[in-house]
Amino acid sequence: MEALDLARLQFAITTVYHFFFVPLTMGLSLLVAIMQTMWVYTDRPFYKRMTKFWGKLFVINFAMGVVTGIVLEFQFGMNWSEYARFMGDIFGAPLAIEALLAFFLESTFLGIWLFGWNRLSRGVHLAAIWLVAIGSNLSALWILIANSFMQQPVGYVINETTGRAEMDSFADLITNPTVQTHFPHVVASSITTAGFFVLGISAWHLLRQNELRGFFRQSFKIGAIYGLIGVLLVIGIGHAQAQHMIETQPMKMAAAEGLLESEDPAGLSLITIMNLDEDKELFSIRIPRLLSFLAHNKFEGEVRGIEDIQAEYEATYGEGQDYSPSIFISYWSFRAMVGAGFLMLALAAGGLFLLWRKQLLNQTRVLQVMLLSLALPYIANSTGWLLTEVGRQPWIVFGELRTEDAVSPNVSAEMIAASLVLFALIYGVLMLADVYLLAKYSRLGPVDDETDGEPAPVAA
Amino acid sequence: MDLQDLWFILIGVLFTGFFFLEGFDYGVGILLPVLGSSDAERRQIINTIGPHWDANEVWMITAGGALFAAFPDWYATLFSGFYLALVLLLFALILRGVAFEFRSKEDDPRWRTLWDGAIFVGSLLPALLWGVAFGNLIRGVPIGADKNYAGDFFDLLSPYTLLFGLASLIVFALHGAVFLDLKTDGAVRRKAQGAVWALWIPAVLVAGLLLIASHIDVDLFDQPGPGFVAALAVVAVLAVGYFQRAQQPIRAFAATGLTIVLTMLALFWFMYPNVMISSSNVANNLTVDNASSSSYTLKVMTVVVLIFLPFVLVYQAWSYWTFRKRITADSPLEY
Repeated sequence: MEALDLARLQFAITTVYHFFFVPLTMGLSLLVAIMQTMWVYTDRPFYKRMTKFWGKLFVINFAMGVVTGIVLEFQFGMNWSEYARFMGDIFGAPLAIEALLAFFLESTFLGIWLFGWNRLSRGVHLAAIWLVAIGSNLSALWILIANSFMQQPVGYVINETTGRAEMDSFADLITNPTVQTHFPHVVASSITTAGFFVLGISAWHLLRQNELRGFFRQSFKIGAIYGLIGVLLVIGIGHAQAQHMIETQPMKMAAAEGLLESEDPAGLSLITIMNLDEDKELFSIRIPRLLSFLAHNKFEGEVRGIEDIQAEYEATYGEGQDYSPSIFISYWSFRAMVGAGFLMLALAAGGLFLLWRKQLLNQTRVLQVMLLSLALPYIANSTGWLLTEVGRQPWIVFGELRTEDAVSPNVSAEMIAASLVLFALIYGVLMLADVYLLAKYSRLGPVDDETDGEPAPVAA
Repeated sequence: MDLQDLWFILIGVLFTGFFFLEGFDYGVGILLPVLGSSDAERRQIINTIGPHWDANEVWMITAGGALFAAFPDWYATLFSGFYLALVLLLFALILRGVAFEFRSKEDDPRWRTLWDGAIFVGSLLPALLWGVAFGNLIRGVPIGADKNYAGDFFDLLSPYTLLFGLASLIVFALHGAVFLDLKTDGAVRRKAQGAVWALWIPAVLVAGLLLIASHIDVDLFDQPGPGFVAALAVVAVLAVGYFQRAQQPIRAFAATGLTIVLTMLALFWFMYPNVMISSSNVANNLTVDNASSSSYTLKVMTVVVLIFLPFVLVYQAWSYWTFRKRITADSPLEY
């Protein structure tokens, strides 16, 4: 493989891996902050046990998010130095602001929260976890402002002398229309991830029928409600986001739908098998008119296909370049993301319904499915980013810079390969250790300290 | 003053803050296996930096981000050029960060030994590598007309840069030992005091040697200002012993801190207006002017920093105030 392919592979692996941990950090910090608020205001030890138990799992996950994030900041310079030179004027700013506004807040107050249980007043200690939650969600805002620039460059000019992109409106950069759906999408996904994390682990305990039933029935309910809110928001925002994508990055949507030719009205593909060598559709099941509806909120209207857009881009950006991304990855990652999303909607709603009918606890099969559903947000998060990033290709900054022109010219394939092997090894080992600890402390359940005496309230 | 100059100073301040704070974290990590003879002692040692290490590391992430935002070419040349060194650094930082969080969450002594090893290596390697990296910054590295680094990994390892690495390693270890003297009590504190003495003489020697080598290898004293400041840094190392003997650990800590601050001041002053010196051709030097972002970006970033950095300083200082008590053998321990 060439340096370019290896650099892309490394970016994909390190980013997706980083994003295993980030959504849970964002969503669970918020949930733990809510739990602790309940404790401070109601003074019920039950909520303190909740805070401590889910807070412990939050902290185990947090460390992984932090250390894998450093790799990403360094990587833009290490593997993508031409990108850094060309776009640093614009892209570097949100990264620096992210560190200054969000990372300091998040990490300082996590230290204060973690070590401050017996040293701070309840109010100050509560403020600390809220600042952690605000910090981690704020960090997502800034990195997504940076990423949105790559999807839809705004607020810049190309300096004719240097050939570099230069920021000319910070206001435009941070109010990029793309980030206005991007950020809510990621926050809502994080809430979903935390909801299903809580729901899945609770289901595991409910299957055991142990003395922790009261605690985990309540947890299940909280997780399901939280997850349901999250996934409903994701679906709503995702719809708006898809419409914006059709406007600004029609090629990404065409690839995600496997739509070779423009159609009016366009049907939504449920499954399409293609011969990718010849770009020919072999087999397809489509729901008539639904894609037009998604694009235009009515059951007619054109959705453009790859061939039309290719012709337009050749006229705009020059011939001799394939302007479509990998249809295979775009198409299937889109389906995996949306599929996992709707499955989560059904499971959260169904779980709540069964809980309400008091039929959940004896349904072993259902609880097993709920436990397995822990994987769904991770699938949706990862494939969502695959679609976002792969679907933008061949561009690294849409319309301005191609990925192949962004790679470091002086870094050899051997160097990238060596670092890739090293990262893969250490990431593999750390994943084992992390999952081991998460499983261990999940199994252990809430541990009472000296101040907890009251049993969990009987409620369902 | 130009915004480029202001940002050159800010980058210097961010790295200095990072080395001052993370310097003792590295030192504590390096001394962990040496001073902690039981698990209880090792936990006592780790918990002195428990609430702080992560926020200290954010100084590096902010410095990196600021480099990217204010001097994209500096960031691009440095990070792609020092590639394998940075891979090692990342490897160490990943292990170390996770190790703090993981090591006490399992009772098995083999598990804890493993993560303690990760903390040790994860602290030792960066303490060494940062010195090598900054040694290369003032010594100059081969940079072509395309602004790209033209050497390989081994070009970064010269006697001078390795000496610089050794110096940073020993000074950070000393900084950590003085910190532990301030933050612990009992047997651990006594051992930390022993470590201060054991490290002080090598620190003085290597600092003096580095000063002489800087004269020979990079003509440090051709610039009287930076040369003078660098000499003061060596005096500061000497002062550590004086204050330690007078049993004034706070002043000893200020002295190790001052060593770091003065070294960084000398280094950035010496480099200015260059940000990366090309050893192959002076015309290829990256400077504050030819490597910087546009003035608009620098203006935006200046406003952001002026508004938010004071908050950061206040709440970070408050966190040190909150956890100012010594960690004793019976303190409640999180890590």
